[in-house]
Amino acid sequence: MFYRENGQFKSTYASDQQMLPILQDRAFLLGLLVFAFGVVPFVVTDYVFLSLLIPFLILTLAAIGLNLLVGYCGQISIGHAAFMAVGAYAAYNLALRVPQLSFLVVLVLSGLIAAAVGMLFGIPSLRIKGLYLAVATLAAQFFMDWLFARVKWFTNYSPSGSVSTAPIELFGWRVDTPVEKYLLLLGILVVFTLVAKNLVRSHIGREWMAMRDMDVAAEVIGIRPVYAKLTAFAVSAFYCGVAGALWGFVYLGSWEPLAFNLTLSLNLLFMIIIGGMGSLLGSFFGAAFIVTLPILLDQVPQWLGMPMSTAMASHLALMIFGGLIVFFLIVEPHGLARLWAIGKEKLRLWPFPH
Amino acid sequence: MKAKIAVLAVSAAIAAIGSTTVLAQAKEQFFPVLSYRTGAYAPNGIPFANGYVDYLKLVNARDGGIGGVKITFEECETGYATDKGVECYERLKGKGPTGATAFHPLSTGITFAVTDKSFADKIPIITFGYGRADSVDGTVFAWNFPLGGTYWDAADMLVQHIGKKEGGLDKLKGKKIALVYHDSPYGKEPIALLQERAKMHGYELLLLPVTHPGVEQKATWLQVRQQRPDYVFLWGWGVMNSTAIKEAVATGYPREKMYGVWWSGAEPDVTPAGDGAKGYNSLVFMAPAGLGQVHKDMVKYVYDKGQGTGKKEDLGQVLYNRGMVGAMMTVEAVRKAQVKYGKKPLKGEEVRWGLENLSIDAATIKKLGFDGFMSPVSTSCVDHHGGSQAGIHTWDGKQWVIEKGTLLRADSTIIKPMIRASAEKYAAEKKIVKRDCAKEAG
Repeated sequence: MFYRENGQFKSTYASDQQMLPILQDRAFLLGLLVFAFGVVPFVVTDYVFLSLLIPFLILTLAAIGLNLLVGYCGQISIGHAAFMAVGAYAAYNLALRVPQLSFLVVLVLSGLIAAAVGMLFGIPSLRIKGLYLAVATLAAQFFMDWLFARVKWFTNYSPSGSVSTAPIELFGWRVDTPVEKYLLLLGILVVFTLVAKNLVRSHIGREWMAMRDMDVAAEVIGIRPVYAKLTAFAVSAFYCGVAGALWGFVYLGSWEPLAFNLTLSLNLLFMIIIGGMGSLLGSFFGAAFIVTLPILLDQVPQWLGMPMSTAMASHLALMIFGGLIVFFLIVEPHGLARLWAIGKEKLRLWPFPH
Repeated sequence: MKAKIAVLAVSAAIAAIGSTTVLAQAKEQFFPVLSYRTGAYAPNGIPFANGYVDYLKLVNARDGGIGGVKITFEECETGYATDKGVECYERLKGKGPTGATAFHPLSTGITFAVTDKSFADKIPIITFGYGRADSVDGTVFAWNFPLGGTYWDAADMLVQHIGKKEGGLDKLKGKKIALVYHDSPYGKEPIALLQERAKMHGYELLLLPVTHPGVEQKATWLQVRQQRPDYVFLWGWGVMNSTAIKEAVATGYPREKMYGVWWSGAEPDVTPAGDGAKGYNSLVFMAPAGLGQVHKDMVKYVYDKGQGTGKKEDLGQVLYNRGMVGAMMTVEAVRKAQVKYGKKPLKGEEVRWGLENLSIDAATIKKLGFDGFMSPVSTSCVDHHGGSQAGIHTWDGKQWVIEKGTLLRADSTIIKPMIRASAEKYAAEKKIVKRDCAKEAG
């Protein structure tokens, strides 16, 4: 009844090509943004910011990056935490060695460095496909783990191999309270999501999708696989590089190579599988699922006042979390984003389904 | 700006609601407990957590709290993972009427991560016998307390000890020492000192990293077999330790030539290797195995009432005792701070004063029933470390036996300049304004 596009006529090309063609979607998104920027900072506690929202925002950015590559271009990667590590260490070294740079410049530069590394590790994708490519990207993971643990220059010769960052300053604004960090991250995420959305609607996104759906056919109609695949790797690694820099500077503050290990890579992959491959919205759902659920499950026994040892609670949380992943994959193999789409379809007919 | 004012208003409102509940609450001091009872490090994490929690229970049951203020505590499972540890820190830091008393992160990785946060949160981080070696410098690391010893102290003492065994430090020239270490900040901490000492004495240092969690060490011990080092220092934790000892048995490396750090010398490290572990040594700062007066109290007030966290038979194990000592030092710091601030629930900032003016002398140790389990500690605003001495203990197949007559002290002429350099670097990187201790005292 409320969610129908009847009566919304498109009389110009521009209105037909806009990002959200349906009025209700635009209103909903606007409302969500107003809520996220205007209401959340006032009602949420520091704990929720630091432990749930900040990691959620950063990992969403990384998941979008991975989704561009895996979901849109069809190239599987299980080494994306390595690109996050590149971004984080690049940002650390830039901030340390060129202190005049503004944080935003550092962020973009570290993203570009990650993109270059991403392209390098994307070269095997020109020859190999599918699971074989996945194994090849694993090399990126192990190589970066090794590089940052062993080459002392990257960690500024810190005796323990752990680095720590200076506080972030943007045009004289010192970002140190949880609310400020949240607002900064939210701003960055909105911009990057907009860019990603428009990338996948543009010719380059269509090339990626053509490569994903059938590479031989795509080549026949004139899409260059080298160009399509390597741009996908570059853009994807750029997003992950920026996310890695933010993960280090905003969330962790100090970290060791272990912070970007294989577990993080796999978690990113789980996020887009559970959230929905080839869907930006899915990246948000997936990140929310993977980041927040284990933390919430861990605290449920305490909220209910159940006397339970912490070991028992964390074992249970792990089992329930695993069970839920299996459940969602069985119910909807296309991810949470598909569930959302089905909900929207139903809503169009509601309350008179035929 | 407007947003800031609104935030302030909201937080003031929340604080106002909070303070009314404080009035309604009894006098309570909240102790956060970061523990790990799951994962690869659980065999070592469990006894430590049991000792820590049991001592808090004992203080409540025997003394009715600290100066009449009851202790409350809550555990949070970190699994030794840094991200989980940070989440736990955030979860617990604001609980209780005055927030967390002090944190024992019990992981070097978590220590590094929460050190950054301590400056804003004003909660002390106690890392006794672990953590950042450079955090001894209280003017830069205002909230870190590596009480009783650091990894640099430990590495220094071990080199001195084997120097003595060889008949003088100059005899170390041309010897080979292998460091088998956990490839994390924890394992890498001692490298800087061992290299410094290598330059002085001319021994060769072999660095053999073991990746987390340390169950796969075949390649490492192959190198030990090829290189035949004269001594092996084991800087492991959790299953890595017992695996290393088993591998040493398989390689035929003499256990007598192996020295563990304080964290590689407890029962869970040696018992899985069975008889093979006989002769293995480890450094021990304080809290060796054994039973004392405090354990009798523990049985009487806690275990006989069915309140014990662990099993009664496990009382007196190395890590259990260590957990108790950790809790005891924190409790004593609160007691000290109560002298200045009054017998009420104290904030982290007030507890820090207690930690900076801590003086646990031999008489206090005896009074508390810790005779023989602890060396005196006396701290100041500049020195967050409080003096450290250690012994060596050896596993005889059934229990840990302290080597008689061995009392090691770190050489501060070597360590002090290193601490200063490292702390300066940290302060510069993080743009920290150093504290002026003379001013604060005045």
